[in-house]
Amino acid sequence: MAFDETKTEDFKVVGQRVKRPDGVDKVTGKAKFGADAVAPGMLFAAIVRSPHAHARIVKIDTSKAEALSGVKGIVTRADFATGLTGGDLDVLENVMAGEKALYDGHAVAAVAATSQLVARDAAKLVEVEYEVLPHVTDVDKAMASDAPVIREGAADQSVPEGMHPNVVRYHESGHGDIEAGFAEADLVVEDSFKTEATHQGYIEPHACLAQLGGDNKGELWCCTQGHWNVQKLCAAMLGLETSQLRVTASEIGGGFGGKTAVFIEPVALALSRKTNRPVKLVMSRSEVFRATGPTASTSMDIKIGMKKDGTITAGQGTFRLQGGAFPGAPMEFTAMCAFAPYNLQNVKQVGYDVMANRPKQAAYRAPGSPMAAFAVESVIDELCKKLGLDPIEVRLKNASKQGTKASFGPTWDRIGLVETLEAAQSHPHYSAPLKEGQGRGISCGFWFNHGGETSVTLALSEDGTAQLSVGTPDIGGSRASMAQMAAEELGIPYENIRTTIADTATLGYNEVSHGSRVTYASGLATIKAARAAVKILCARAAAKWGIDEDAVVWENGCAKPSGPNAGEFDPLPIEKLTRSMGRTGGPIVGHFEATPEGAGVSFATHIVDAEVDKETGQTKVVRYTVVQDAGKAINPAYVEGQFQGGAAQGIGWALNEEYIYGEDGRLQNSVFLDYRIPVASDLPMIDTVIVEVPNPGHPYGVRGVGETSICPPLAAIANAVSNAAGVRLKELPMSPPRILAALEDQANNG
Amino acid sequence: MIHVNTKVNGDDVEFLCDPRETLLDALRDKLGLTGAKEGCGTGDCGACSVTMDGRLVCSCLVLGAEAEGKEIATVEGMAEGENLHILQEKFIEHAALQCGICTPGILVATKNLLEKHPEPTETQVRYWLAGNLCRCTGYDKIIRAVMETAADLRKAS
Repeated sequence: MAFDETKTEDFKVVGQRVKRPDGVDKVTGKAKFGADAVAPGMLFAAIVRSPHAHARIVKIDTSKAEALSGVKGIVTRADFATGLTGGDLDVLENVMAGEKALYDGHAVAAVAATSQLVARDAAKLVEVEYEVLPHVTDVDKAMASDAPVIREGAADQSVPEGMHPNVVRYHESGHGDIEAGFAEADLVVEDSFKTEATHQGYIEPHACLAQLGGDNKGELWCCTQGHWNVQKLCAAMLGLETSQLRVTASEIGGGFGGKTAVFIEPVALALSRKTNRPVKLVMSRSEVFRATGPTASTSMDIKIGMKKDGTITAGQGTFRLQGGAFPGAPMEFTAMCAFAPYNLQNVKQVGYDVMANRPKQAAYRAPGSPMAAFAVESVIDELCKKLGLDPIEVRLKNASKQGTKASFGPTWDRIGLVETLEAAQSHPHYSAPLKEGQGRGISCGFWFNHGGETSVTLALSEDGTAQLSVGTPDIGGSRASMAQMAAEELGIPYENIRTTIADTATLGYNEVSHGSRVTYASGLATIKAARAAVKILCARAAAKWGIDEDAVVWENGCAKPSGPNAGEFDPLPIEKLTRSMGRTGGPIVGHFEATPEGAGVSFATHIVDAEVDKETGQTKVVRYTVVQDAGKAINPAYVEGQFQGGAAQGIGWALNEEYIYGEDGRLQNSVFLDYRIPVASDLPMIDTVIVEVPNPGHPYGVRGVGETSICPPLAAIANAVSNAAGVRLKELPMSPPRILAALEDQANNG
Repeated sequence: MIHVNTKVNGDDVEFLCDPRETLLDALRDKLGLTGAKEGCGTGDCGACSVTMDGRLVCSCLVLGAEAEGKEIATVEGMAEGENLHILQEKFIEHAALQCGICTPGILVATKNLLEKHPEPTETQVRYWLAGNLCRCTGYDKIIRAVMETAADLRKAS
């Protein structure tokens, strides 16, 4: 197989439902997650957090805490690097407050002690004097002229003049003539929508074990989606040389984007440096909710025009995203994803990044996209209903295809939206009868997917097996798919590959496991690293046979002479070549480093049936079908798992989950009892259909699948619930009180 | 400090613990059994599920001192030597785990379910596991793995 060749058929290992290589460790309790590591002489840490949404830190008195037996060290902002700017300064401000606490739960100091109990007791003895300031937590209120300013000078140059200082970034995109488009329409529907912030809700709280000496050489173990990013950020925050901090990623108990940032890692390192002892720091669940990244909350206005035949003539959206006390709410993604499924002649989208006194938002599975779909697809559903049109027919009529211009600029390459719509249309679910009180909803969804910096090494062992080192933490079974791709290329059994998530000292930089990039980018790099190893194997065989390297091919794990002119030689199996590699030129290692840019975008169509109890406002999802383009499913079982997981998180977001702030600006539901994620008894089986429209940018056609699955659910469920309840739901989550309020409002106002 | 004598996965063990420490803390920090996980510390997520004298409990809601004289079973005791318990096999076969942090608790809870109700309906399984949060899978493959295990166990008996 040539180095750049694309393979689309005759797969032997790829496409199989192989057992994951870390399965036994995970079912026996052996797998080591963030909080499972220990070190000799280890201290335990606890963080002191602000109880105020917005307050000036007047004084921190640590004397009582220091006097407690067993306390070994306390750090505040003074123990971190100075002179940081831009994004690094924002991260440090979030990790440890400087002059002001900016949200309820903002870290202000941390203690290391000989036991967890002593550390927690000591944290309570740290006396912080605050001057409480006015606060704001709602996105619309944070933009109003009378809103308290979170931080002066945070806005960049994109923000139009006259906006409140809490508006820190602005985005505008689109094409065509919006007004002309609306004039062409037979019906224009305009509406406003809101979504509350939700949390990624990974079951493993953030945890790390840090060792940093006075020589500024460090070791860090942590649960993260990207340890090179942790290395870079922690080094900056502690004033270290990046290469002197070695970071090892533990097994990771869920991330969904929320573990792409640093929170406790720099704090544990600072405490370790101060105490000259290893320091373990584990968040409580409440800390996870109060101080790590929820999504942005949103406020959105949508206007869409449609002809009687279902042609969309124009689409317009305004998206205001509140991302906590720092810039970074993904409003441009919201804006760009909003109309991406549709081929529109006239489209315009505007986004505002708004700061408020809440924790800094973090990425959550297709950040920004699910909210956009909720708003846009709700309006499309309303138009279909008013014009008496079938919702899938309308979407097919307007669907983006290869060659059409995307709402945010580029021209689409080969994409699979139409295929997902057609598969949804012909799925038995779409035509199944509904029972009394039930409604059906559908929605499309879009995510960009991502490539990113990637470095992979594949080393052959003397027995003809292979050790594959990748740098992207395995958040959902990726070691299996990597091994499948390596086995496919090498022509050896899947079980003969051992995949390891290498530490930062072992490979070049690897971007975070985000953007649905792992199977795409690390997979592409794995294939190319394996091909590089195969090239060496062929050269060794050629040398042995005394023929030209180009006259050797690799098939089924063996080197063979290619064609009659190459000569007659028995095939050389991999094991024969690796047994002798020490004598024939040394170790055989393939590697690949690049920033691949061909991540194929992914579309999905979801179908949902929901049942609404109009007396209690309670909703039950009774049937759910996910149809999504995976490009090529390397391991269909885990692709289905991504589809199902995204749908389940979407169900939680649509129906239950929300950040609830009191008048005092404090988070009122910071435990799983009050922030209720879906449990097994809430959900039906989640049916899946894997569509495979190959991505031209990957050797096997892979498209990332992790994120797109959460894009349609909010909208599909909102459409189902609105159909079942007979009233349009415009705010998420559609919790019983909101549904009852919508029903009451309808009864009062017709 | 309290001196506790107990039995974990059939072995006699003893440890010293602070009166405030939970059974989960004792298992993880005193006995090095880190299979049970702390996902919430408030009994809402089930990642710390173990059985105490055969009863399914959240070990974060049990004090270490309460283990005195009891028999505790954790995920580490499920496999017999190198032979996995059939539930463990089925979870791997069905891809019923993604990140795997909830898996130990779900396995312990499910084993306890099948001991008490060898012929559970899907609804029974869903309600039994309603105290075990999984954020990755949407539960679909977990439920299928449990139902198939139950069916296989019935065939075998």
